[in-house]
Amino acid sequence: MGFFTDTSVCIGCKACEVACKEWNGVPGSGLDLLGMSYDNTGALTANSWRHVAFIEQPRPSGHGSAPFTGTPTGGTASAASATVAAGTTGPTGTQPGLPPGSPPAAARMSVGDQDGAGVSVGDHGGATGGPVDVLGAPFAAGPAGGSAAGASNAAGRGTADAPPATGRAAGPEFLGMPGAQPPGRGTGAEGRTDFRWLMMSDVCKHCTHAACLDVCPTGSLFRTEFGTVVVQEDICNGCGYCISACPYGVIDQRRGDGRAWKCTLCYDRLGAGMTPACAQACPTESIQYGPLDELRERAAVRVATLHGRGVSEARLYGHDPNDGVGGDGAFFLLLDEPEVYGLPPDPVVTTRDLPAMWKRAGLAALAMAAATVVAFAGRSS
Amino acid sequence: MRVPEAEFTSYYGRPILKPPVWKWDIAAYLFTGGLAAGSSLLAAGGQVTGRPALRRAGRVTALAAVSASAVFLIRDLGRPERFHHMLRVAKPTSPMSVGTWILTAFGPAAGVAAIAEGAGLLPRRGLLGLVGRALPPAGHAAGLVAAATAPALATYTGVLLADTAVPSWHEAYPELPVVFAGSALASGAGVGLLAAPPAEAGPARRMAVAGAALELYGAHRVETRLGLLSEPYRQGRPGRLLRAGRLLTAAGVTGAVLGRRSRAVGALSGAALLAASVVTRFGIFYGGVVSARDPRYTVVPQRERVNARRTRTDLPAD
Repeated sequence: MGFFTDTSVCIGCKACEVACKEWNGVPGSGLDLLGMSYDNTGALTANSWRHVAFIEQPRPSGHGSAPFTGTPTGGTASAASATVAAGTTGPTGTQPGLPPGSPPAAARMSVGDQDGAGVSVGDHGGATGGPVDVLGAPFAAGPAGGSAAGASNAAGRGTADAPPATGRAAGPEFLGMPGAQPPGRGTGAEGRTDFRWLMMSDVCKHCTHAACLDVCPTGSLFRTEFGTVVVQEDICNGCGYCISACPYGVIDQRRGDGRAWKCTLCYDRLGAGMTPACAQACPTESIQYGPLDELRERAAVRVATLHGRGVSEARLYGHDPNDGVGGDGAFFLLLDEPEVYGLPPDPVVTTRDLPAMWKRAGLAALAMAAATVVAFAGRSS
Repeated sequence: MRVPEAEFTSYYGRPILKPPVWKWDIAAYLFTGGLAAGSSLLAAGGQVTGRPALRRAGRVTALAAVSASAVFLIRDLGRPERFHHMLRVAKPTSPMSVGTWILTAFGPAAGVAAIAEGAGLLPRRGLLGLVGRALPPAGHAAGLVAAATAPALATYTGVLLADTAVPSWHEAYPELPVVFAGSALASGAGVGLLAAPPAEAGPARRMAVAGAALELYGAHRVETRLGLLSEPYRQGRPGRLLRAGRLLTAAGVTGAVLGRRSRAVGALSGAALLAASVVTRFGIFYGGVVSARDPRYTVVPQRERVNARRTRTDLPAD
């Protein structure tokens, strides 16, 4: 049994996150904002077993024709907000939890688009080339540094959803939150942005060849009768080996508790013949639960449908039983490369190389013993 | 030679992997485990070839180091009081489980061997006298048992680090056991050079040469063979630590070879080899941590792998 998460119908409502926290009694982390898009969770941690990712992309959503083709477009906030967000972390009550990212890496997130449709930062961001927010207002520069378009946008916007940038020291800091209005309404055509959101509800992948399960020295992690991977909380001694072994960065240690925690795919609910809380709560059936074979068929049909409608970038991730982890118990339909969503492009279960590793260690051990024998067998100096 | 700036995308620049939760005490554990292994090999050699100073120093150091190892290992657990859960299972797929069992075999043997060194302090008569007479042979047997498990103790830690998703550790799996074996030999030799008079220190000098050769070769391969994933071992703190380790190893082994007659030079070389072992372990440890923190080291090699596969099978890029 497993999950199929179809991100093309995800609306980013986070019902899955809430349902998971409620059902599993996962500790909350209070009201937190990371200052990056609408993602306030940041990553899968010991205290967040579902995580809705929001990717802001400076390019048209792919439905045949680009909505802004031929119209003037402003720069987008995504690279700028990504740079801000990369440095932010929220207290998740876990360790390592949500580690800060690298701002230079984040700044590239909009310009490295493989489709070439991305508008590079500073293309239209005014003569200064400085970053601009989603509505085209200059992001970090003072009023004098803003472009004419940016300044007029700031003045022409009636709402205060994204305060005009008047410099960091002088006014409220722009945290990278996108505006709530449709592109161009408050700003006029000059400031319109070329922009799409990708949303994805991430979760433990429940790998067929699970590295966490393989390396656990206490037998705390086990494979259930549903084919999922679960931590026995009364056995885990908090060694942290599973955390380093997970190729997806899913499992995490809870602070003050010391044990490793992750999604159980609602083991208790499955046992009672119920659907996992997140899948039950999802209003758009973005999260589907069922037997993997059936889900894979459904996913293939969905991809074909999307391709037929011109969404050529739709692809499945983690569905292939022959991949590096033997296929995932939770697989995804993505609309861009996996790394854009923070997923590894080609994860491999670390224990695949373990026989070779033990062999090398054996050879090194033999070399060590031989060196000692030779050292002592030689003539005394 | 500079690795070209790799273009890649990431989710807000955040790491994909969770960096290891292990703190400095695991790096220290790597050193003390290696030191225990190296010095118990030195002790066994001294025991078999009749060099009492090497034997005594090796046994005492092995016990001290393995005790420190156990403390470091347990200290680092999120639930230290549940350490004994490690003994529930024996799993060859878990190097930590294998290591626990190696430690369980090595520790008591090293302990008995070290305690046997105190046999001379017991009175000659009575029950204690009996114990005093039984201890040396028991110590000899235990010393051999410890030496037999020592190479495994020194090299399994290479697998312990490599059997993770941490890119720069995993890809270095052929070299890590070599580095750790060399480092363990060199640190054991360092103990011998520190403790033994020049007349007895010949084997320690030869051990130092062999250990340094393995350590330098392995570290050089780790720093150059892995392409982008070698970068964390050359830059920043791990780079500084590994460079210091290389210098200290070279200085130690040179002193050991050239300073044959001088006790002081021998002792200095021994200290340099021990220090080299410490900084090399920390350098390798932190190099991996750095590679897990930056999504570049996760994404770029995997993306290259995917692209290579696509071109090979000539599949359309979906």
